Amino acid sequence: MLDRATKIKIHDLMVKTRCTEETAISMNKQGEGFFWIGGAGEEAFGVSLGLQIRKGQGPAYDYLHLHYRGAPIAIAMGAEPIDQIRQMRATATDRYSGGRQFVEHFAIPEWNIVPVTPTIETQYLMAPGTAHVQRRFGGEGLTVVTGGDAGTAEGDFHCCLNWASRPGEELPMLIVVTHNKFGISTPSSQVQASRELNRQAEPFGIRNSMHDGNDVEEIWAALEEAISYIRKERKPYVLQANVSRIFGHSSATGANRVPEVDCITAFEDKLIKDGIMTRSEIDAVWKKWKDHLKECLAQVRQEPLPDGGDIWRHVFAEPATV
Amino acid sequence: MATYAQGIRLALHYAEENLGLTDVFGEDVGPPLGGVFTATQGIKCAWNSPLDERGIIGMAIGIALAGGRPVAEIQFADYIFNTIDMLKLAGNLRWSSYGNYGVPLVIMTPVGAGIHGSIYHSHSFESMATHIPGFKVVAPSNALDAYGLMLSSIVDPDPVLYLKSKFLMRVKGEHLIPGEPADLAELNKRINAPIGDRSKWKPDWPAVEDYRVPIGKASVVREGSDLTVITYSRHVLECTRAADQLRGEGISCEVIDLRTLFPVDWPTLRRSVAKTRRVLVVNEDTEVTNYGEHLIRKLTEEFFFDLQVAPRLLAGANVPGVGISIPLEEASVPQYRDVLETMRDVATQPGRGTGGEWPLLPETVFGRR
Repeated sequence: MLDRATKIKIHDLMVKTRCTEETAISMNKQGEGFFWIGGAGEEAFGVSLGLQIRKGQGPAYDYLHLHYRGAPIAIAMGAEPIDQIRQMRATATDRYSGGRQFVEHFAIPEWNIVPVTPTIETQYLMAPGTAHVQRRFGGEGLTVVTGGDAGTAEGDFHCCLNWASRPGEELPMLIVVTHNKFGISTPSSQVQASRELNRQAEPFGIRNSMHDGNDVEEIWAALEEAISYIRKERKPYVLQANVSRIFGHSSATGANRVPEVDCITAFEDKLIKDGIMTRSEIDAVWKKWKDHLKECLAQVRQEPLPDGGDIWRHVFAEPATV
Repeated sequence: MATYAQGIRLALHYAEENLGLTDVFGEDVGPPLGGVFTATQGIKCAWNSPLDERGIIGMAIGIALAGGRPVAEIQFADYIFNTIDMLKLAGNLRWSSYGNYGVPLVIMTPVGAGIHGSIYHSHSFESMATHIPGFKVVAPSNALDAYGLMLSSIVDPDPVLYLKSKFLMRVKGEHLIPGEPADLAELNKRINAPIGDRSKWKPDWPAVEDYRVPIGKASVVREGSDLTVITYSRHVLECTRAADQLRGEGISCEVIDLRTLFPVDWPTLRRSVAKTRRVLVVNEDTEVTNYGEHLIRKLTEEFFFDLQVAPRLLAGANVPGVGISIPLEEASVPQYRDVLETMRDVATQPGRGTGGEWPLLPETVFGRR
């Protein structure tokens, strides 16, 4: 059961994430960023996961292989909205990629958030590697990998299940599918027979479950149970979170609001009904983060773009060994 | 003298004991087989992977991201092509994360023809490998270099593609690896797994020592003044043999074993080409968009007015595969006679004079065509 303080904290982080995403979308529409993609609509799932991560560097802590909708997770872990705005504007101050990657491509070594890759599903192939090191290291650290429903059509998802469940070599992995019912514009119902993608884990003997990723309390509890199982049993778990894609796929499809369940609105209704927050308290949270994001954007607008000569940095380790 | 495959094996042994190598893995890499070419027999940290090339590269990246030092094998380069986007990721993770992460990993894979391996055991990979920025690419031609380049690759902070020649696997070295017994029979007895039940076998490793071949350093294996031959991997043998024969004909060929294909040892190539003013690149990859074309383009840009004859590339025929029948394979990849004839031809073709005679009048140039 979530206590009152945690619910208020979750709500705060959900709104913080949404305001960050909405700022990025607005930047794109105003020509201040080339492309938006992100995790708007996945806040209930992502914040719940981010708050349950054991954050740190190295195999004693959790590793995260996120796809490009990971902002709720990263922000719940402590990522600052301004860094996302910097990446959106592709400034030299973008700490994740130095102005090289699309927004939502985190790379935070001090928290084991490995570089987000735009290639769909390749993260499912890398994740067994960090889990392999953790298995050998011992302790309770686990590897989280997230991806969308459309990408599970790639063989890489199947490969991940196979690597994670080798007899005697099972890996401590939380393998997540966030199911938003689309691959860009293609409905999953046209191209995938089953909605329960988590059940692909069954032939591998991997424990799995499917949940309403828009319901904070349900998804929090499901993640808690799965994570506890992985930490103790050192075995994989496949979790499907059914989520909304509240602004569509990306700026490529317009990034306009779509009529799907909004997990924040649903959570706010419950918070009010349960007497945990009032409408005015909720409004204050929104105002706080909207104001903060305005300040972030004003700050980032002052920051320089990378120098063209910068392309030669970090091709190889620095200082060069060859 | 150890064979090429044994050189790799000894390097992996040395590295797991002394250089922090944590994982050697791939299909059939662990016991009981120890690799289809025996290069991983007896290695303590060697293990068998699923038959999943993309997963192998992904696993190597993940291990490296978590602080391990992996050497992953793709059993034959012929089966590496479905991993190209994984290799691209390994090559770009440091750059795309602006230095937040690096992936120190080694991908080793057997390349080239020469063992009558038919279409899917004869591919070369260097032209594609060197087209993946962020990777260093090495291709040793002998057991000692195989040893020294493997150690350098394992300690390198960046991803390295280690292209090992199928043809050379059982070729004995001419130089001792520091610490190896001089008698190959003794070495075989000590480190080759027995036929049959290997469950209780353990290698008796010789006390091999640290020996690095620096990445990015070529080797001048024959000095000469009439022609620069740039090659690597198994064609070093053919080019060296041809150079020795041509020396008897009064033709002096300089043979450079590139050893590292990227980054290229341009100073060594420049010194040689400035001296000989004639260039031949020899490899067995298919000739269109061949790695050798890059070498020739760069050298031509720099030495255009000094070169006496057109630079030449001797490479594999641009056909979809190497046929298994002997005449087909011989027609597909450069053979000794092709190497010899081409070297002789480029070295003795009438030159267009010294650099001082340029530039020719344009009509003279067109007239020659």
